[in-house]
Amino acid sequence: MDHDQQQESAHAPARRREMTRRQFLSYTLGGAGAFMVGGTILPMIRFAIDPLLAEKQQGEFVKVIEASKVTSEPQPVEFEVFTVDGWHESKRKMRAFVARGDDGRIYALSPVCKHLGCTVDWATHDPNEFFCPCHGARYTRDGEVLAVARGPLDEYEVREENGWVYLGSLKPNSRV
Amino acid sequence: MFKAIYNWIDERLDITPMWRDIADHEVPEHVNPAHHFSAFVYCFGGLTFFFTVIQILSGMFLTMYYVPDIQNAYYSVDYLQHQVAFGGIVRGLHHWGASLVIVMMFLHALRVFFTGSYKHPREMNWVVGMLLFFVMLGLGFTGYLLPWDNKAYFATKVGIEIASTIPWIGDDIKMLLQGGDTPGAVTLARFFAIHVFFLPGALLTLLAVHFYMIRKQGISGPL
Ligand code: HEM
Ligand code: FES
Repeated sequence: MDHDQQQESAHAPARRREMTRRQFLSYTLGGAGAFMVGGTILPMIRFAIDPLLAEKQQGEFVKVIEASKVTSEPQPVEFEVFTVDGWHESKRKMRAFVARGDDGRIYALSPVCKHLGCTVDWATHDPNEFFCPCHGARYTRDGEVLAVARGPLDEYEVREENGWVYLGSLKPNSRV
Repeated sequence: MFKAIYNWIDERLDITPMWRDIADHEVPEHVNPAHHFSAFVYCFGGLTFFFTVIQILSGMFLTMYYVPDIQNAYYSVDYLQHQVAFGGIVRGLHHWGASLVIVMMFLHALRVFFTGSYKHPREMNWVVGMLLFFVMLGLGFTGYLLPWDNKAYFATKVGIEIASTIPWIGDDIKMLLQGGDTPGAVTLARFFAIHVFFLPGALLTLLAVHFYMIRKQGISGPL
């Protein structure tokens, strides 16, 4: 390399690879701003959606009726379940229709209409059907939907012990 | 006296142009019922706002006695209605106003529809209007639970059940609204929060946008 060439490269404007002062400031301020906004908003969102992510309450089994009294005709039983509703604990009154199926097994249906949640009753409309007074949904003895609603009545977990029927939590209908 | 106070302030802050900008503008002939009586249909927007102001004011005063708690909500409403002076009137304003504001909003939307005012360049204001409509329905839905009587409870139960029929996200929406497995203490508290803070906040923001666009674009021309 001769002297002239050396001069040239020494005087060539340096290519600057660092970010500009303006970029640096907007990144740091933007980052800090996003951190502060996120740090404020995220806890609030998580706070609001907590019920969505909370664990489901496990249902206990409750004694409702003597097994020998259950016939093929669905009969209403009332029982109480211990419920925790936020900070409020209570015994919640529940209702179920208990019957013995053709297979001889005892089953229990929820009276909550699968249309929009009114309460169905047995044999008020047709002697062999559940009927909902709100918009006229109808269900068979097994809870299968005949009109209006979107699906069959929910079913309770059933356990038989020492001649008594116990009901547990709700599950989708398994009979239809 | 008032003139003197006004002048005193105006001298320091020059508020007259601001005031002019907000209130002092011409009412075109085709929207003035004094010229054509049928132009009364143009009043429904203003009437909607009038009832909204009543809702917000009466609602603010109701919260002086109302308590969003399942043990006490019903009794607090019973108390404010029957024991507090003019309770029946203040609650009545809010109760009947809640229906009237929705009727007025609907009539206003019909006017906008049949005069074709939603067309270019006012499409965005129609969209904002629809958002206002849903916010208002939300206020009606969340407010209805607050007295915590049987009608309130079961109307909300059914309402939440309807929301839960939305495909895919229905169950999550139900949990979000209800805050638990059944409508209960948590539901009442969150409906109260939504009714008096979240939705009024959204309502006022949308109204500001709505009115800004009206001033900017002017009222639509005659048919
Ligand atoms: C502008 C839209 C609003 C609508 C459509 C609306 C609607 C309703 C409805 C339908 C009820 C049930 C009333 C009843 O059954 O007698 C109610 C109750 C209530 N609202 Fe509103 N509301 C609005 C704004 C507000 C605001 C801004 C507040 C408070 C800042 C508020 C506070 C209350 C309270 C405390 C109750 C319970 C007392 C009661 O039931 O009489 N509301 N609202
Ligand atoms: S809620 Fe039962 S038919 Fe509609």
